[in-house]
Amino acid sequence: MSQQVIKGIISKISGPAVIAKQMTGSRMYDIVRVGKEKLVGEIIRLDGDTAFIQVYEDTSGLMLGEPVVCTGNPLVVELGPGILAGIFDGIQRPLLKVEEVSGSFISRGIDVPSLSKETKWRFHPSLKAGDEICGGDVLGWVQETETVKHHILAPPDCKGKIKSIKEGKYAIEETIATLEDGRQICMLQKWPVRIGRPYKKKLDPNEPFITGQRIFDTLFPISMGGTAAVPGGFGTGKTVVEQTLAKYAAADIIVYIGCGERGNEMTEVLSEFPELEDPKTGGKLMNRTVLVVNTSNMPVAAREASVYTGITIAEYFRDMGYSVALMADSTSRWAEAMREISSRLEEMPGEEGYPTYLSTRLASFYERSGRVVCLGSEAKVGSVTVVGAVSPPGGDFSEPVTQSSMRVTGALWALDATLAHRRHFPSVNWNRSYSLYCDQLEEWFADRVAPDWNELRTRMVQLLQKDAELQEVVQLVGPDALQDNERLILETSKMIRDDFLQQNAFSEVDAFCSLEKQHGMMVGLLTFYDKSQAALDKGISIENILNLPIREDLSRLKEVPNELFSDQLGSFVSKLSLALEGE
Amino acid sequence: MQLSTREFKTVSYVSGPLLFLEHAQSVPYGAMVSILLPGGEERHGQALEVSEEYAVIQVLEETRGLDVAETTVRLEENVARLGVSADMIGRVFNGTGQPIDGLPAVIPEKRLEITGSPINPVSREKPSDFIQTGISAIDGFNTLVRGQKLPIFSGAGLPANEIAAMLLKQAKVLGEEEDFAVVFGAMGVTQREASFFLQQFERTGSSERVVTFLNMADDPTIERILTPRMALTTAEFLAFEHDMQVLVILTDMTNYCEALREIGSAREEIPGRRGYPGYMYTDLATIYERAGMIKGRKGSVTQIPILTMPDDDITHPIADLTGYITEGQIVLSRHLHRMNYFPPIDVLPSLSRLMNNGIGEGRTREDHRALANQLYACYAEGRDIRRLVAIVGEEALTDLDRNYLKFADDFEQQMINQRDTDRTITDTLGLGWRLLKRIPTSELKRVNKDLISRYFSEIMEEGVKTPFY
Repeated sequence: MSQQVIKGIISKISGPAVIAKQMTGSRMYDIVRVGKEKLVGEIIRLDGDTAFIQVYEDTSGLMLGEPVVCTGNPLVVELGPGILAGIFDGIQRPLLKVEEVSGSFISRGIDVPSLSKETKWRFHPSLKAGDEICGGDVLGWVQETETVKHHILAPPDCKGKIKSIKEGKYAIEETIATLEDGRQICMLQKWPVRIGRPYKKKLDPNEPFITGQRIFDTLFPISMGGTAAVPGGFGTGKTVVEQTLAKYAAADIIVYIGCGERGNEMTEVLSEFPELEDPKTGGKLMNRTVLVVNTSNMPVAAREASVYTGITIAEYFRDMGYSVALMADSTSRWAEAMREISSRLEEMPGEEGYPTYLSTRLASFYERSGRVVCLGSEAKVGSVTVVGAVSPPGGDFSEPVTQSSMRVTGALWALDATLAHRRHFPSVNWNRSYSLYCDQLEEWFADRVAPDWNELRTRMVQLLQKDAELQEVVQLVGPDALQDNERLILETSKMIRDDFLQQNAFSEVDAFCSLEKQHGMMVGLLTFYDKSQAALDKGISIENILNLPIREDLSRLKEVPNELFSDQLGSFVSKLSLALEGE
Repeated sequence: MQLSTREFKTVSYVSGPLLFLEHAQSVPYGAMVSILLPGGEERHGQALEVSEEYAVIQVLEETRGLDVAETTVRLEENVARLGVSADMIGRVFNGTGQPIDGLPAVIPEKRLEITGSPINPVSREKPSDFIQTGISAIDGFNTLVRGQKLPIFSGAGLPANEIAAMLLKQAKVLGEEEDFAVVFGAMGVTQREASFFLQQFERTGSSERVVTFLNMADDPTIERILTPRMALTTAEFLAFEHDMQVLVILTDMTNYCEALREIGSAREEIPGRRGYPGYMYTDLATIYERAGMIKGRKGSVTQIPILTMPDDDITHPIADLTGYITEGQIVLSRHLHRMNYFPPIDVLPSLSRLMNNGIGEGRTREDHRALANQLYACYAEGRDIRRLVAIVGEEALTDLDRNYLKFADDFEQQMINQRDTDRTITDTLGLGWRLLKRIPTSELKRVNKDLISRYFSEIMEEGVKTPFY
């Protein structure tokens, strides 16, 4: 396996792109160490004996003639106990360890192991000697954090009979099991980031990914293992959406990629997540989270890699049978990193200077999501759901990254600057967004939440659609020109927008809304509409209806806590009916 | 001091601000060089690209007078550095860090790389100290906190500099008296702007606390690439080595970006949007991200960059990329300026992303967030109706609409407009509740009933005061 060390020399430096010659024998995407400072780089093009290298660190001070050493390995991530609650940079260097080595500022050429090789973990075997195993089988588990059991899997390519398996405290590189053919298995696995981890088969997207956010669950749901793109100009609340999902979405594991984003924003995540309680388990949210952080001023090539690092970690937990949510904030910064490196390589640019392979890369990234039957003899089902933020320049959705993302993702949650300016959050534009999963999820909602869920949802969408049309009329001729029943549509839609679609991510009661409460609120709003319509037909004026004090109660329904909601709904609806029929 | 100097006489090509040097393999990437002209004059440059055939040197001053035969390039330093010292406070430097106030050069305590290193995200302290600027539009709606980067998006002819001066004069962290300093980095400013700021420093008695870097409009464009980095290197040094609270004002980032574009086109790079280089996001990030607080250190760097949006276009690449990096933005409005309101800050597109960290109980007041949201929503509604009135006339409005319309007018006239008054946060919030009296309670959905009853009754007790502006 081990070939002789390939050692070349630098022949050109331009920003993060370095060209080295005498590199015969090196392979595409091999990791190299560049210069005397041993900066980490990756080969991205080969031409005769010259290699084009993207360097993951700042290249200032490098000189021609300095050595380039090829490691012979592609960029890999280390997977095993110790990864949860971890904070890594784009090439999986643990930032806490980096801080110990280099202080508050990140210096260059730091070489620290991704996972600690010293920490001992108590391994509980679930198989015994003599058992036949194949790749993906659960050998045992480690209680990694208070709330998460880290299953130790047989590596995907392994097959045979267990000769011995040991319980006890081991470091991740120590052997825990030996097969009859002599193969030794330890808790640590390495996996090249640019290759998806294998699985048995993908399943249909017919289970929803519950977020606790009304606009997503009700109007634009995505499935477990689905994908959504969240485009929005600056200040429209992309990051808040991503963080809210990370906090409240129904996932066992969260992988959060801060790709080219703000340092202080990551600090918020870093200081909040360890404090926040996980609503599912009562433990700390951080215990089921992995953060991959490459802020905008950290080297651009590592930003390119961070997305792959993140999704490989997500796939690893999927293979244990967990449902994983991956938040990528923001894929535009990733695309820009590709553009920057591509232009340094003097490749022929495509649209807006982005490389022509942009959409292929985006598609292959999003396709690594999915709900799958995992490898292994027991039928485990795991999923990776991907929500990718997009930051279109000038909020213009016609740009290449947004367009390419829209082609491959199953849902579009379009954020809108006008809504954000009025502090309507989440600022998702209901006319522009869509979800392709709705049809496949209908059955689930009807079975599990309420039989009339889909009907109510459709009616609400229709009201919003009519509202959009009427708004155009109002813009031209003023509200006075409308009929009473049209004004009722306007008023009801306004209530849907303000009281249902709007949700305060920072309010204790409202931040998470259960599906039952969502359903109840829809019932409340549509009952109001139906009864008012009936009252109008009886000749009651719209002003009288709009002045009813019960409307204020309706608008404050979202302040009712989830657990008290179903008790209060019944009496509220009868109060509402009484008020409207009593007129 | 210089142990060995390497000199090259192999200049082969000069174009725009760039100089190509053949057979210069021992020049490190990013190195600083001196360029000796035939007449003995000395200029400076930096290596932008090195390959076996040639090194590309970016000349910081102009290339006029350079020739191919005689010009000598001498390697000075492997990377660009600035000598920094606490004695820099109170001094004035040019865009490359040379003193221009007639005083002798500063004896450096340290020589630091001006590109800096990224702060490790896990070492950052969450910024949460409320800075009271005395400006309602900022304190009330787009609160500034220590360690934040909050740019001012201005337009040609709008008073961004006056607002920066007002911030400088009034900004304080409540209840604390700490060592603070201001670092002022000016890129491509006119003599008039420079003297405005210098006079302001003088008048407010803060010139003793200010480090000034001046790159004037008629100075070489390329120098502008270095100026903000010099300023931030100094700021980081004062904040993290000398425990000072540092406010950095950078003006005008538009000039900086134009310099970046100029170099890009001289290097014949493939341009991105509007001719700006594709890596402008990354480049701007290496400037703006140098703000913040670090765990275990007392100091902080707060940044207020000022930029002029060409043609008031907020989607222009400069404003756009800045907005994606900074933690919010303060947007100035030509409409409010024409109404003669000062400061003319349009709160709707303005934003402070760190606002929630700095406000609420124990920091400002418990009702701050909810009240700000409510005022925002009402003002947005009022503005929508104002647009509607232009089409359908005021007669078509309902009473409620008319109230919203009046609210929007009052909000601009009383809340935003404050001339030179220095308002406390309590003043701002109190005024907010008073303005809300015009709107029926049932419409106030962003504030809950408790707050409404508590603060409305408080106003009633105070009685009706005339607004203070």
